[in-house]
Amino acid sequence: MWNWFYKLASPPHFYRTATVLEPWLFWPALVLLAIGLYGGLVMAPADYVQGDGYRIIYVHVPSSYLSMFTYVTMAVTSAIGLIWRMKLAFCVAAACAPIGAAFTFMSLTTGAIWGQPMWGTWWVWDPRLTSQLILFFLYLGYMFLRQALAETRQADRASGVLAVVGVVNIPIIHFSVEWWNSLHQPASLSKLETPAIAGDMLWPLLVMILAYQLLMLALLMTGIRAQVLEREKNARWVGELLDTTGHEA
Amino acid sequence: MIRAFFMVMRRELTVAVRRWSDLVMPLVFFIIVCTLFPLAVGQDIEILNDIGPGAIWVAALLATLLSLNTLFRDDFEDGSLEQLVLDKEPLTFLLLAKTVAHWLVTGLPLVVLSPVLVLAFGMPVTAIPGVVLTLLAGTPALSLLGSVGAALTAGLRQASGLLALLLLPLTIPVLIFGARAADMAASGESIVGPLYMLGGISMLALTLTPFATAAAVRVSLD
Amino acid sequence: MDTASYRLEWRELALWRGDRCLQSGLNGQLEAGQALTVRGPNGCGKTTLIRTLCGLSQPETGEILWQGIAIHRNRPDLHANLAYAGHSNGLKGDLSTRENLRFAAVLRGRHTNQNELLHGLRLTDCADLPTRNLSAGQRRRAALARVLGSGAQLWILDEPFTNLDAAGIEWLGIRFNHHLSLGGLLLMAAHQASQVDPDRETVLDLPGINA
Repeated sequence: MWNWFYKLASPPHFYRTATVLEPWLFWPALVLLAIGLYGGLVMAPADYVQGDGYRIIYVHVPSSYLSMFTYVTMAVTSAIGLIWRMKLAFCVAAACAPIGAAFTFMSLTTGAIWGQPMWGTWWVWDPRLTSQLILFFLYLGYMFLRQALAETRQADRASGVLAVVGVVNIPIIHFSVEWWNSLHQPASLSKLETPAIAGDMLWPLLVMILAYQLLMLALLMTGIRAQVLEREKNARWVGELLDTTGHEA
Repeated sequence: MIRAFFMVMRRELTVAVRRWSDLVMPLVFFIIVCTLFPLAVGQDIEILNDIGPGAIWVAALLATLLSLNTLFRDDFEDGSLEQLVLDKEPLTFLLLAKTVAHWLVTGLPLVVLSPVLVLAFGMPVTAIPGVVLTLLAGTPALSLLGSVGAALTAGLRQASGLLALLLLPLTIPVLIFGARAADMAASGESIVGPLYMLGGISMLALTLTPFATAAAVRVSLD
Repeated sequence: MDTASYRLEWRELALWRGDRCLQSGLNGQLEAGQALTVRGPNGCGKTTLIRTLCGLSQPETGEILWQGIAIHRNRPDLHANLAYAGHSNGLKGDLSTRENLRFAAVLRGRHTNQNELLHGLRLTDCADLPTRNLSAGQRRRAALARVLGSGAQLWILDEPFTNLDAAGIEWLGIRFNHHLSLGGLLLMAAHQASQVDPDRETVLDLPGINA
């Protein structure tokens, strides 16, 4: 167990592991994505209230879930990096940020697009959308802070502290936004609610969530590889790697 | 340890008093931002009444943000921060002393000034205790959260924009509860609920943020 | 006071700035009554080494031991015995020299005779002026006064002689030797001659970096 752990903690091994895993995550993700989209857009029946408009949940719900999942991953790996001084944990955290920001952005956009036919306006201060917007700001702050600190080691640790503070804050933000909303528009139907959903509508959603999860992991592997290469660019093994792969291509 | 805590606080306060322009600037800023609202929205007293509590809270948040820029940067540049890190007393504690001093010279004056602004927005006199209480319960959380952001950006030169970007999302819960409670106070409702929430957030911030601030200061000095 | 046991030790340190390795494989130790002077060309990592040894910066690899215990686990004890003066003087410009020194003394829980120190460093006349109004050399003296009056066993100084005049340098050398003769430890980065008794001094010449 420890042996495996130490092996994983060496950058070349970590890089190789990520390289091996990447296609095993990416291709299943694509297949599931195709199945899920076909199931959601073609096979599932139209909703009798929302018509075909509801079908955007097949993109919206998975991206909302992954926006949160990625942030938590980022915070947990940051904490690991801060506590045990593991540089590779910071690689994972740094790779998480752009992926999570992209999912959050997608969740916001699809939410807005959904809002147009449902509410007749592109933006409603719905509590979930508002929370997502704040989450997006948190991702931006994380990335800007990394950008501002030139020294990688400093950027890792500083952004790590920020991620941990952010993850403690997220439930509070979420709760406060819910509370704020309940005061302003009492008993309103939250438009992104997915009430008791029928089975033939549900399974494509579950497939899509799984597909997105695999896609996120595949992207994370790519991000990790880029991070490791960037940090180890002066190391000998990177030079050897470039000699063998770079010149072949 | 207690002695060191008060010594750090005393030094902060002495420096703050000697640099009184830095002390007064956020307060003037607070008032100016509040002045902008009637000028932008118009002098309809009903509208001003409605937006008053929110405007006061947004202005308080921005004024705190402005004052946070210098919280650690001066110490970073003149080397005092290194000395605090190398002190035998726990850094968490010494930085908390600095943060408390920061609240005393910015948060507390904002609280004291707020009744004037309540009246300026045409809210009833009975709203004053509510607004003052919400600011009193909420501004400590702003200073505490702010100290984390200020510590993270201490070593950066042009960091005020970054500081705002880092901090504003984190302070949203304080803003929501504070502004909403102030609003309820203005319309004569009971504000016990949100006031508890504000106090709770401040207490939580008091227990957790000093550690994050200390970690951030160490990182900034590395 | 039992000072014989004080000991700072470092093993296999590697220092990095960004993605450049400044120094690697540094081993060394400092014991009671000894001085170590770090020399080397600009940019070779003198300041980084000094800051790493007192725990402000983390080394890329390697470990630093104070009294045989890794410093990040022995922080209170190290800090209780450490006085550090870096590039920046650690003085608040709005406070006078006297106030700055009193602050440092209270934090250390120690009362020293300020006047004697101020007199020795020829700061008596300006001791009540805000330090921002002092000359660079006077501010340097004030920073050194904090170290000299700290009662700490381990002095870590980064370029202590910067901005000092000849008399100041000489006076400081006397104080250094006095500190060492009482069993103190002294670690400094310096370009000039260190003024320390050669019997007690070790010089660490850091090589420049080959780009």
